[in-house]
Amino acid sequence: MHETILEARHINKCFHDPVTVQVLTDITFSVKKGEFVSVIGKSGCGKSTLLYILSTMDTDYEGELYIDQELMTNRSDIELAHVRNEKIGFVFQFHYLLNEFTVLQNVMLPALKLNRYSAPEIEHRALERLKMLGIDHLAGKMAYKISGGEKQRVAIARALINDPQIIMGDEPTGNLDMRNSEVVFDIFKELTDVHDQTLLIVTHDQSFAEKSGRIIEMEDGRIIRH
Amino acid sequence: MNFKLIFNVARSMLLARWRQTLVAAVGVTFSIAMFITLLSFMNGLNDMLDGLILNRTPHVRLYNEIKPSENQPVNVSAEFRDSYNFISSVKAGVTRQEIYNSGPILQAVKADERVIGAAPKLTAQVFFNEGTIDITGVINGIDVEEESRLFNFRDYVTAGNAIDAKNVANSIILGKGLADILVADVGDVVQVTTAQGERFSLKVVGYFQSGIQEIDKVQSYASLATTQKLLGKPANYMTDIQVKLTDLSMAPAVAREYAQLFEVDAEDIQTANAQFETGSNIRSLISYAVGITLLTVAGFGIFNILNMMIYEKMDSIAIMKATGFSGKDVNIIFLLIALSIGFFGGMVGLLFGLVFSVIIDNIPFNTAALPTIETYPINYSPVFYFIAGSFSLITTYLAGFFPARKASRVDPVEIIRGK
Repeated sequence: MHETILEARHINKCFHDPVTVQVLTDITFSVKKGEFVSVIGKSGCGKSTLLYILSTMDTDYEGELYIDQELMTNRSDIELAHVRNEKIGFVFQFHYLLNEFTVLQNVMLPALKLNRYSAPEIEHRALERLKMLGIDHLAGKMAYKISGGEKQRVAIARALINDPQIIMGDEPTGNLDMRNSEVVFDIFKELTDVHDQTLLIVTHDQSFAEKSGRIIEMEDGRIIRH
Repeated sequence: MNFKLIFNVARSMLLARWRQTLVAAVGVTFSIAMFITLLSFMNGLNDMLDGLILNRTPHVRLYNEIKPSENQPVNVSAEFRDSYNFISSVKAGVTRQEIYNSGPILQAVKADERVIGAAPKLTAQVFFNEGTIDITGVINGIDVEEESRLFNFRDYVTAGNAIDAKNVANSIILGKGLADILVADVGDVVQVTTAQGERFSLKVVGYFQSGIQEIDKVQSYASLATTQKLLGKPANYMTDIQVKLTDLSMAPAVAREYAQLFEVDAEDIQTANAQFETGSNIRSLISYAVGITLLTVAGFGIFNILNMMIYEKMDSIAIMKATGFSGKDVNIIFLLIALSIGFFGGMVGLLFGLVFSVIIDNIPFNTAALPTIETYPINYSPVFYFIAGSFSLITTYLAGFFPARKASRVDPVEIIRGK
């Protein structure tokens, strides 16, 4: 039986500035290993807010969050940074590659931070990931010299480098054209099918969501379908 | 913590904006170089001016002051002890300028471990006879060798040879100003009348130039024996014993001790030349103030550039935090950037400071008042380099502190959602 990777229990969140607005109300759900989950909903329904809480970057909420069956709520900044480093991979709408580094160095960075393998091993693993995504020929290029679609694939390689428990994406295809969107989706699909990778993707692309394994739909800060 | 990684990230960020980095570093370099140059030059000047007086001044001077007795007989008398005694017109009694027991005292002082050496001295008031005009002057009888060893006497003899004062009988070294008045060349003979009315002929064997005109117009030097002969005194007659100590700061204590031990008057260098200390201190203070101001300005430059860098690198900071770098890591990265600007800028600054100092040290500086000085004086004390080096690191650390703290508090959610 598949184990639970991510679990949210009764998560509530309010924005206090300028007036108190309830953004998330009693969010409870869980994600099992190997699932490809899409979170959809209209703009402003709180899906991105939820993602940042689940990613441990936003700590200002009520309720409990478990990642890999460990409680994340009320942990220190350094502990959470370590959890993100080890267990979560991120793909954002914008690629966020460091322009000062080459493609290969960008991919290696989180692994160097984790420091589980030696530097040559990390380089080998990074090249493996790049090869899997078909962009190993770009390894030596500076990050700002490659195209938008390629950048997003590099970002995915970076998300994969530490073999995370879960990959979280915030509109990872939002900035890409049709063709590149499909490429990215196919990569995600392959990751779940072949590598049993867990994915949690926030999107407003209906067709993207429908092709994924499971859909969580949100409206006005509540989950209405999952 | 993976320090090598943090270091690499800092280095990459630093080099990616190398022009900005260079501007910031040049600011530090400039201020450190100026700081070093200014301090070296100022202290060189201080040393020179102090040397002008202090090197030639004994640390402790033993002498007999001519003064009325503190214990007037009427006060000592048992009969009048309990009454108020008014004595008018008190005069100095039969006191001699001579130091009693000068031989044993000189020996005892020379045997003291705290003392580098002691030189006897004898002053005689005389008139130099120039035709019909008498010019007042002072002849200092000195032990030429000891005086040269302890008080650099030889350096101030600009013409002739200092040792001739000892080797040539009845010879004198005139102050330059005095020689000009007397129109006496080296080798000439001058006529001298002592206070007792005796006339002598003395051969001029050299000129003496102290750098202080008033002194050069009055003072002249002769050997101890010649001066004793002028005054008609025996060979153990001396009015001063000049003591040079290993440590100048001990002078007041040693002076008090000798005054009590030998029952003479003793004056220490600090009391005699208090104004020099004050002048030196104020000059040093000014140069430090200017140096620190320069560094502060450079610090603000670094502060600005780091702040700009952080706004520019917001995305990078956000993704690094998202992928597992903690606030502390980011803080260290930016502090490292600031400190390396300070370190490398400072190092080059120290080098330039040294180069500027050497250049100043080689600029000719000839003045009649200072016969021993040929170029501008520079003090190459390593202390200045140490202070400047530490200041450059401290200033850049402070300049980097707030930007780094700001960077460490960047909320990645805000940045990523803002896109």
